Formats: sequence, C-alpha cells, structure tokens
Amino acid sequence: MSGEPLVRWDWVGAHIGPILDRLGQHLYLAVIAVSIGFAISFGLAAVAIRRRRLYPLVTLIATAVYTIPSYALFATLVVFSGLSIVTAEVPLVLYTFILLVPNIVAGFDSVPQDVLDAADGMGYTAGQRWWRVELPLAVPLVVAGLRLAAVSTIGLVTVSAILGDRFGGLGYYILEGYHRTFPTEILVGGLLSIALAVAADLGFVLLQRLLTPWAAARLAPGVAVR
Amino acid sequence: MTVDASGHAGAAGKAGGASLEFRGVTKRYDSGVGAPGAVNDLSFQVPAGTICVLVGPSGCGKTTSLKMVNRLIEPSAGEILLDGVNVQSQPVTALRRRIGYVIQQVGLFPHLTIGRNVAVVPGLEGWSSQRQRARTQELLGLVGLDPRRYENRYPNQLSGGERQRVGVARALAADPPLMLMDEPFAAVDPIVRERLQDEFLRLQRELAKTILFVTHDIDEAIKMGDLIAVMQEGGRLAQFGPPDEILAHPSSEFVARFVGEDRGLKRLSLRTVADLRVEKMGRPVGLPRFTPGTKLRDALAILLVADTRGGIALDEGGRPRGLVTVDAIASSLTDDPPARVGA
Ligand SMILES: Nc1ncnc2c1ncn2[C@@H]1O[C@H](COP(=O)(O)OP(=O)(O)OP(=O)(O)O)[C@@H](O)[C@H]1O
Ligand SMILES: [Mg+2]
Repeated sequence: MSGEPLVRWDWVGAHIGPILDRLGQHLYLAVIAVSIGFAISFGLAAVAIRRRRLYPLVTLIATAVYTIPSYALFATLVVFSGLSIVTAEVPLVLYTFILLVPNIVAGFDSVPQDVLDAADGMGYTAGQRWWRVELPLAVPLVVAGLRLAAVSTIGLVTVSAILGDRFGGLGYYILEGYHRTFPTEILVGGLLSIALAVAADLGFVLLQRLLTPWAAARLAPGVAVR
Repeated sequence: MTVDASGHAGAAGKAGGASLEFRGVTKRYDSGVGAPGAVNDLSFQVPAGTICVLVGPSGCGKTTSLKMVNRLIEPSAGEILLDGVNVQSQPVTALRRRIGYVIQQVGLFPHLTIGRNVAVVPGLEGWSSQRQRARTQELLGLVGLDPRRYENRYPNQLSGGERQRVGVARALAADPPLMLMDEPFAAVDPIVRERLQDEFLRLQRELAKTILFVTHDIDEAIKMGDLIAVMQEGGRLAQFGPPDEILAHPSSEFVARFVGEDRGLKRLSLRTVADLRVEKMGRPVGLPRFTPGTKLRDALAILLVADTRGGIALDEGGRPRGLVTVDAIASSLTDDPPARVGA
C-alpha cells in the first residue's frame, strides 16, 4: 500500500482501447446469454403454464442448476466443449432460468381472469387474445425477470475469465490484476462491470416505461423472484 | 306482456333487438350421472327489444345461463335460439361479436385507453380507424362521459362508476342486437347504482336492444325487467313473468320469500300517480303535491309521514287533477297491472 497510489491513472489512460474492447466483449457475452436464456425460459414457462403439474419440476431443475457453483460448472464443461464460447455461455444461460421462468409464469398468471373472460366474450380468437391482451399485460413481470437476469449474468461473465483471455470480458482484468497484485486492474474490471450492470438495469426500467405507459404508477422493481 | 316498440324505438332507426329463447337448457359441470346440474331444464322466451332479468340467490346458475348464450360455456343439453337460430350452429367468434357482453367485474383492458377499450369489437371487425373513433366518441357521450376528457385515460384512472359506464359503452360498440349484462351495476354504491340504472333505462328506450340482465337483487330486477326469470338453487326456473305478476302471484313459497314480505309495497313502485284513479276534491290547502311520474310507493311514504289523508295529483301541465288518498293507493293493487313505468 506504501507509495503506490490505489489507481494508476496513467495505466488506465494507456489501456483505454483494450478496456473498451473488454467492455464490448462483456456486453456481447451477456447479451447472448440473456437472449438464449430468455428464449428457452419462455418455452419452459409456456409449458409450465399449460401443464401446471410440470411447473414444480421445471422450478426444481432450475433451482438445482442454480446451486452448482459457477466455477465448478465452467471447469466441468471444459471437459466436453473445451475452451470455447459454448463452455462460456452454457452456464450463463442455465443460471438465467431460475430468474426468468418464475417471472414469466407469474406475468401470465397476473392477467386478471375477468379481463380474459371479457376478451373471450368480445370475440377475440385465441391468438388475438394472446398477442393483444395476455402478452402486453404480462410485460411488467417479464421485464422484471429480465432485469434480474441481466444484472446477474453481467456479474457471472467475469467468472468465465478462467477460460482464458478470449472470455471473461472485464473479468479478465480482475483475474490478471489479482495474479499481478495490481489493484488498478482489479478496480477497473470490478467497477466497470458494476457500472454495466447498473446501466442494463436502468435500460430495462426505461424499456418497461415505454412498453407499459398504463402501469406507470404501479411499477414495483424486482417483484416475484422465485 | 306488451312490447312497446312504438315511439322512441322507431325514431332511433332500425336499431333493436333479436329474440332469444332458452329451450330445455341444462348444464352439468360434473359429468357424473346423478350429479346435480348448475342449470336445469331452463326454458323461456324473450321477445325482441325487451329486458329479461335473471334473478336468484348466489350460485343458482345465473352467470352460467348467461355464458351459455355467447358460448363461453356449452350446455350439456337443450338449445338456445337467437332470432330462431341455435347459437351452437354459429361460428363462435362471429357470434360473440354480435352479442354485447358486460361482465360481473367490468373487465376493462388495463393496458388500453378508454377509447381503445370501447373500440375493441369494431377493431376486431375491421372498421376503419376513423369510423372507430367516431363511434367511440358517440358512445362515450351516450353513457355520459365527455370523450375529450376520458378517451385517452387508462381504466385505473377512472372511478368504479365511470368504469361501469365504459363497460356498457364497450358492449354497445358494434350495435349488437343482444346484450348480456352480468350484474353490471353491482360494484358501485347504491346512489351511483340507481343513477346508472336510470340512465340505462333511458338509453334502452332509444336503443330497444334485447337484454338478458343478471342480478341477485330483487329490487333491481323489478326496476329493470320487462320480464323476470326467478331462479332457485339447482338452476331451476321458479317463475317467469312480468314483475307485477310475480309480485302479485308468486307461484311458490320460494318465490314469495325471495320477493319479500313487502311485495305489495314493491308493486307500488311499479305504478305512478298517473296510473291512479283520483277523487274529486274541494279546496285543497297545504296538501302534498305529486307530479304524474311520482311512484305510488313514494307517494304513500310521503302521505304517511305528512300525516294527511290525501295529496294532490298534478297533471302534465302542473295543474291539480284530483285527490290522491292512502285508500286509493292501497286499492290500486287490486286493479289491472299498470302500463310499464317508462316503457
Ligand atoms: N367452472 C365450474 N366448475 C364447476 N362448477 C361450477 C363452475 N362454475 C360454476 N360452477 C357452479 O355452478 C353453480 C352456478 O354458478 P353460477 O356462477 O352460474 O352462479 P350465479 O348464479 O352466477 O352466482 P352469483 O350470484 O354468486 O354470481 C354454482 O354452484 C357454482 O359453484
Ligand atoms: Mg354470477
């Protein structure tokens, strides 16, 4: 701690280019994971909504996956798919399920029965009802799930740095700074990934405001997890 | 039962209703052989342009009966004819778009503005947006909501009474010949309810829709119905007829109890001072005065409180027509049934 400042701004200045590249990679890895995770979760939720009896099973599997330590999961997958993007993304995708599926199910459950009755009574076809009534009304809870998934995934991307410098995004700096005992790198990696998570969260809040002007007064952040 | 289609209904153009008939309609939720039905062998006819009220205690099958008309529920037996055609032979979405539906809990779409809520069925039917907009504004005006103030609001920005009005406007949007109304005014306080009822009856005089109206409130049934179907536990029809007949001659112990000990008084609320034969009078001083539209029940209450033997019946022009006495009011119940109030 003696003499050496906590942050070496000259190092930061000299590495602006690579830092931005890492930031971009971090975002890229997270976007892929959340997108794929969302698509699969939506499918799982659709099944769970239609076949209620399967819902506890879906939740059980998602929860079980979530309890596997990320470090161990990355390491295990290397055996199967090497140091590839598949190895980096699979755990990230799997971890989104526990955050997304319950929120998507809760979103569709939250559509009031009287509204569905009214829709049927007005003569919506099943498809029209789904697109024009159920989906829009499920949006607040679905987006709440996406916020959680985005924040959690952005945090986890750093762990994928153990797969080598092609992965990990900003986690690369955390790992390297740790090995070199160089606090500046650790702080750059840590603080920027926190900033990214906060930005993503705000982005989703904004998206939600735009999608659901009718619910403006009733937004509650982080509802119905698990 | 005379259907008064003259006057207003004619003036509103060819608006009007379809006839509706229940024929031996039964609904069993449990498929078990001996299982009791929610609705049992229900048969009655509703002439075009009249309001038929289904009334009965909670759980007697009113909502189930209503939902079988627009096929939200399919009957286990029997048939429902709309203008003589079995509803089950008609494509379900097309059928529903021709039937206005006001549900028990209003059920407005929370994510759509009031304007777009009202325009739902016209939208589904592919009306041009201009025509939808014009119709929306017309309807909001009709139910007493200023379109400029309400059109762009969301349902959660409205009071309960305002929401009920929007529910009615939405059901009327595509000018359906039949309206199904499931306790449409149940969720508001008695004063607002009375106002909504009055406004709706006024509206109905112009529109002359056929209306199947559900309530568990016998007073509302008497007020709203041209015809009343009293239902009892097990989804059975206990009695069917005009309100005055049901009040005067309840067909069973159940109906008598359901309409209440005060059914005589209730009959008086179906008659007005204008229906009454008045007595000649001398020089009236300081007696209560009654406009022709005053309900006999109210007139009686006023006479009893004022502690006078009589009051003065005024004619349309506000001139004294004769003397109204407590005895005359009482004996009016033995006369022929009155012309329908307002019809
Ligand atoms: N989906 C269903 N499955 C099984 N039974 C049902 C179902 N819906 C209604 N029932 C039963 O059918 C009977 C009639 O119900 P319905 O909703 O028609 O009553 P209601 O007269 O409208 O009552 P309320 O005045 O309380 O609205 C009730 O005993 C109810 O429990
Ligand atoms: Mg009901």
